[in-house]
Amino acid sequence: MSGETPGARPDGPPDNTLDEALESVDPQAEPGLAEELQQEVAREQVAVVPDTGARWRDALRRATSGGWVVALGAIVLAVVAGSILIVVTDEDVQAAAPYFFARPGDTLAAVGQAVGGAYSALFQGAVYNFGADSFAAGIRPLTQTLTNATPLIAAGLGVALAFRAGLFNIGGQGQMLMAATAAGWIGFGVTGLPFPWHMLLCLVAGVAAGALWAGIAGLLKARTGAHEVIVTIMLNYVAFYLLSYFLATPGLMQAPGSANPKTPPMQDSAVLPPLLGDQYNLHWGFVLSLVAVVYVWWLLNRSSTGFTFRAVGENPKAARVAGIDVSRTTVLVMLVAGGLVGLAGAQQVLGTVTTGFSADIDAGIGFDAITVALLGGSSPWGVLGAGILFGGFKAGGSAMQAAEGIPIEIVLVVQSLIVLFIAAPPLVRAIFRLPQPDGRRRPRRAKPTTVTEGQV
Amino acid sequence: MRLELRGITKRFGALVANDHIDLVVEPGEIHCLLGENGAGKSTLMNVLYGLYTADEGEILLDDAVQDFEGPGDAMAAGIGMVHQHFMLVPVFTVAENVMLGNESTRSGGVLDLDDARAKVNEISARFGFHVDPDAVVEDLPVGVQQRVEIIKALSRDADVIVFDEPTAVLTPQETDELMGIMRQLRDEGAAIVFITHKLREVREVADRITVVRHGKIVGEASPGATDAQLASLMVGRAVELTVRKGEPRLRENALEVADLEVVGPDGQVLVDRVSFSVRGGEVLVVAGVQGNGQTELTEALLGLQDQVRGSVRLDGAELVGRSVRQILQAGVGFVPEDRNTDGLVGEFTISENLVLDRIDGPPFVRRGNLQLAARDRFAREKVAEFDVRTQGIETRVGRLSGGNQQKVVLARELSRDLRLFVAAQPTRGVDVGSIEFIHKRIVETRDTGIPVVVVSTELDEAVALADRIMVMYRGRVVGIVPATTPRDTLGLMMAGIAPENEGDAA
Repeated sequence: MSGETPGARPDGPPDNTLDEALESVDPQAEPGLAEELQQEVAREQVAVVPDTGARWRDALRRATSGGWVVALGAIVLAVVAGSILIVVTDEDVQAAAPYFFARPGDTLAAVGQAVGGAYSALFQGAVYNFGADSFAAGIRPLTQTLTNATPLIAAGLGVALAFRAGLFNIGGQGQMLMAATAAGWIGFGVTGLPFPWHMLLCLVAGVAAGALWAGIAGLLKARTGAHEVIVTIMLNYVAFYLLSYFLATPGLMQAPGSANPKTPPMQDSAVLPPLLGDQYNLHWGFVLSLVAVVYVWWLLNRSSTGFTFRAVGENPKAARVAGIDVSRTTVLVMLVAGGLVGLAGAQQVLGTVTTGFSADIDAGIGFDAITVALLGGSSPWGVLGAGILFGGFKAGGSAMQAAEGIPIEIVLVVQSLIVLFIAAPPLVRAIFRLPQPDGRRRPRRAKPTTVTEGQV
Repeated sequence: MRLELRGITKRFGALVANDHIDLVVEPGEIHCLLGENGAGKSTLMNVLYGLYTADEGEILLDDAVQDFEGPGDAMAAGIGMVHQHFMLVPVFTVAENVMLGNESTRSGGVLDLDDARAKVNEISARFGFHVDPDAVVEDLPVGVQQRVEIIKALSRDADVIVFDEPTAVLTPQETDELMGIMRQLRDEGAAIVFITHKLREVREVADRITVVRHGKIVGEASPGATDAQLASLMVGRAVELTVRKGEPRLRENALEVADLEVVGPDGQVLVDRVSFSVRGGEVLVVAGVQGNGQTELTEALLGLQDQVRGSVRLDGAELVGRSVRQILQAGVGFVPEDRNTDGLVGEFTISENLVLDRIDGPPFVRRGNLQLAARDRFAREKVAEFDVRTQGIETRVGRLSGGNQQKVVLARELSRDLRLFVAAQPTRGVDVGSIEFIHKRIVETRDTGIPVVVVSTELDEAVALADRIMVMYRGRVVGIVPATTPRDTLGLMMAGIAPENEGDAA
């Protein structure tokens, strides 16, 4: 008996088939197989986490192994919680609530209006504006969503890639700022280069700057064991104040004849051209982000380099015994991750804000990228979806504020709640009664807690 | 207290893990529950401990029917359990661990640590445990940690004590000490349930033996039964307990280790000027009690140790100073001691694990691209060849049983072109059926004409596999002797006492 099941799915571990397989096996007829299956069930329930001594790693695995169902559940929960907040903060509801028992209809109508209006505004601000005169104008919100998503996707990929290799890249802000500095400086400072070459040079410089900035953290980790979380966070400050200094110093990056800490505008030859014509903000950076998604997918799933990344991420000790150079891999991962975040920085200055930038050019994207990576389950396609979702929140959030008077903070609360729920998959699973992967939190009576059958 | 299980049945879906099991354990007896991994022993004990609810049957203590809602009820009723994986808080002291879950407090909610300390000292003195109540658990050796578990059970006045595979993590010495403790507990009138799959231990300590197979009791045996009888009862067929192997046919190629020294991170010498040679076609077993430098020796052979002096020559080429990758490429196959941390990536699939150390070129990687088709074809072949019991090659390795995991490691290492094979504790935590298979493969590897080095802490295995045995003690070689050396002599050597005719076989 080779143990091969003919119907085994070609890709992805058969997560839910184990119980089914158990059901279909007759222990009397095939005691050996049944025994093995039972062991496997036991193993699944015990949730064997190889003791790599890294609690961070386990926490990370827990947070990222939620799957898309949990991500969806988190979004639903967050939207529900957001609705409650919208209702509570809505003035009409507040006005109608005191006489709720006399005329409940008023309150309920106000609630319906507040919630319905809010999410309708969110949709019209993020996807399609039904009030617009033409299709071209109606679709504008969607292009704005994609524009917002562009750097979120690129930076999210950088964080997700590091996650998969067991590294926390919290330094998105610093990497973006350094990338913006390099790309921007060349973008306004170098003259005489024709269009595509100037732009490409800026892009390459931005990506390289981001890679190097993250590479410092990788090198320190590989050589000295310094924790990348601390190093990347501190490098954020270094980058921010370094850029602030450049911007405040005439002759460096400050626009001539200005007292503001702001650069001159990018030269036309350095700007990412619009993707759908001049009436939209969407630029070719979005295509670059899509290319990056495909590249990261290939890297992680089809390349030998990505294989070593994942091996080091899951079990660095076993990777070392298998002849993988863990230090080298750590540095390499941070270089690639930083490069991806650097792409986001370059996209910001060459595509989104081309009129000159200041030290807040990162617009919080370096941190939002962590959220995007988590929501996307650290998979490239997940990051694409999560990036677009967050781009939509950003675009729709302003519409909610403008049309319905809902504070932008509520939108941010919803975003934050999504992350909160994502980070607690067991909570989401419990609320939606999804099966728990490790069985530990199932009701004891319904399912066994631990089976220590056999040896691990 | 007399423990009786009556008709216990526990089902998981269609699978009956326990099928109408009847078991009586009298006070003052050591009752051995013998069975393969997955036979249902631990399920039964988890029912007893209140972790599972039985679908049918009842638990009686002194003829009173019990209804356990959870481990708390079981503990209160006088059942104690020493788990295979200790349930201790590593950063707590012994006393803190003992009182955990049963904290006594003084007024104002202050923990009464003195009370716990006194308890630890009292039990410790009664059984001669020598456990310091203020020692932090994570600093203690494994054997002592287990004693803390025992103290924990005893401190709650347990009359029935269940030992679930307690020797899996112990050295032979610690195992002997544990046997002594179990006898002592028995003599004090406790009812002991001892779960194991190791035959030698069973015969040594058991008063009664019940054999479980596929969730059913298949028979009782007397402690006088032979290993072969017990094993065939346990596995359900005749088992080859001795390793069948012919005379070694020595060749010219060889592994030559000279004055090898390994220094640990704290500066202590872990391997102390070790010299030996293994010819092609022979098995050298490195024997010794766990922690006497064997692990570090094998790691040094593979280039995993940082501070290494001396020389390791494989067919004349020096390996010291080369990277792990280079050493693997030189044809060294390596089965690490702890497959879960060093041998496998638990979250990876079987096929991914099978190529873990082969991703530097064809056939599994071409121009940086993984060759998935070639990899999966290879994986299917190896799963069949090494009889890995699994649903498919996409199963995550962390889900496999110990024996099957080890087969995956073995399959990966033995399918390269090898010039040296090093296996550290290849059968630790592996069921009897798989042990048989693994031993066969090791002998086959020897017979292909390459040197084979096996580290084993189990004397039986050492004697069975070896052409020559090298005993290590405190990082040094005590002696290299033929496999026919009497066990007594080997036992003495493991305690550091060199035989008189040392060096004859080397």
